[in-house]
Amino acid sequence: MSQKVLLSSKEIHIILHRLACQLLENHLDFKNTVLIGIQPRGIFVAQRLAKILKEEYGVKHIHLGFLDITFYRDDFRRGEKTLEANKTKIDFLIEDKKVVFIDDVLYTGRSIRAALTAIQSFGRPMEIELLTLIDRRFSRHLPIQPNYRGRQVDAINEEKVKVMWEENDGEDVVYLVGR
Amino acid sequence: MSELSVRHLLGIKYLNEADIQLIFETADHFKEVINRSIKKVPSLRDITIANVFFENSTRTKLSFELAEKRLSADVINFSAAQSSVKKGETLIDTVNNILSMKVDMVVMRHPNPGAGIFLSKNVKASIVNAGDGAHEHPTQALLDSFSIREKLGDVAGKKVVIVGDILHSRVALSNIFALKLQGATVKVCGPKTLIPKHIESLGVQVETNLRRALNWCDVANMLRIQNERMDLSYFPTTREYTQQFGVNKALLDSLDKEITIMHPGPINRGVEITSDVADSKQSIILNQVENGVAIRMAVIYLLASKIK
Repeated sequence: MSQKVLLSSKEIHIILHRLACQLLENHLDFKNTVLIGIQPRGIFVAQRLAKILKEEYGVKHIHLGFLDITFYRDDFRRGEKTLEANKTKIDFLIEDKKVVFIDDVLYTGRSIRAALTAIQSFGRPMEIELLTLIDRRFSRHLPIQPNYRGRQVDAINEEKVKVMWEENDGEDVVYLVGR
Repeated sequence: MSELSVRHLLGIKYLNEADIQLIFETADHFKEVINRSIKKVPSLRDITIANVFFENSTRTKLSFELAEKRLSADVINFSAAQSSVKKGETLIDTVNNILSMKVDMVVMRHPNPGAGIFLSKNVKASIVNAGDGAHEHPTQALLDSFSIREKLGDVAGKKVVIVGDILHSRVALSNIFALKLQGATVKVCGPKTLIPKHIESLGVQVETNLRRALNWCDVANMLRIQNERMDLSYFPTTREYTQQFGVNKALLDSLDKEITIMHPGPINRGVEITSDVADSKQSIILNQVENGVAIRMAVIYLLASKIK
């Protein structure tokens, strides 16, 4: 099994700052905006972006929530394993808010489809945008595209994109894992 | 460990500790779901569940039905009182007829111990035991432990006394299995006539003095006196039972510590516990009912994910 570094820690650092600036450009003071990290791996990206926005760009209040999509997935009973849930934590209203979904890798688009259904349980947002650190091009099963993308990669289906975070996995790095 | 070790939920006896933890962790998520403004998830939209009740039930049936609907399953209900069982149909025939209508899971309550096990060996469907005679009532025991965990942080190391009619109680047996599996210490307390012989072999101690039992425990699970199952006189009068084994506010306040009071319902107010105890802040009876829905959603979700 081969493993190639797609993004180094430094590149991730630069990309996260660029994404933060792009968010800032569209949402300014984040008064009417909520950031939603998609469980399980999107929460790390969301937490990093919230931290950068607060500490380096002086945004005072950021609504940051985590959304678990397990019970909304369309592959229940279709795989070998039982789908295991994670914690949903949204302790603010999303009615009439601008929601930004944040995930690490956009692949088939099915997770985001599930997230679009799941978020309805919390109210009717004004609009929903999508931010993803890695966008795997040419592998979408659904008509879903990101509004903000970190890096676009061409990976074949047998390959896997692995995003690691210092706080969880010991280092910031993105790998492309081959067959 | 991300899936149950069993295909059916027939009793706590057939589960292991990891199964219980998985059910609790899943129920934590569902508890969050049922406290949203939209309390429904689409997971089980292609699953059909039959609730087959050969014995009366209010809260268990409602709780199961609500759990199934919150998971978006299709639900059919069957009560023996209005059915062909009265015309002499056998259990297997009844259930197989229901299954012919493409039902994936059967939730069954039956007056005969072992009815669920019998069914699981004879029909093709996932079986959930919602109470079989005086044998087991696994979802009740799970929600009881889940409520203890919620109130006290953990079940392991806690001291639990089960008070009342142990002899006729499926809740008692399932609770003993569940609590022991999670590392709690269990005592049973009640009139000697209502405590089965050799119950010590399950690893529980017998205490016949209620005050001593309450002073020892962290949690008291007060069982209902099951008049409908009492073919003999097990105690002289209800009044005498209440005097010796009923919990009132004065008794509760006179204890050395604040204990938690549970009751599986339906309560005979003034018999096992008085109203002021049932409605006191030490009582978690209504939390048990709320947790019942989350636990049943977890059990059904985890079993349904094994249906291929």
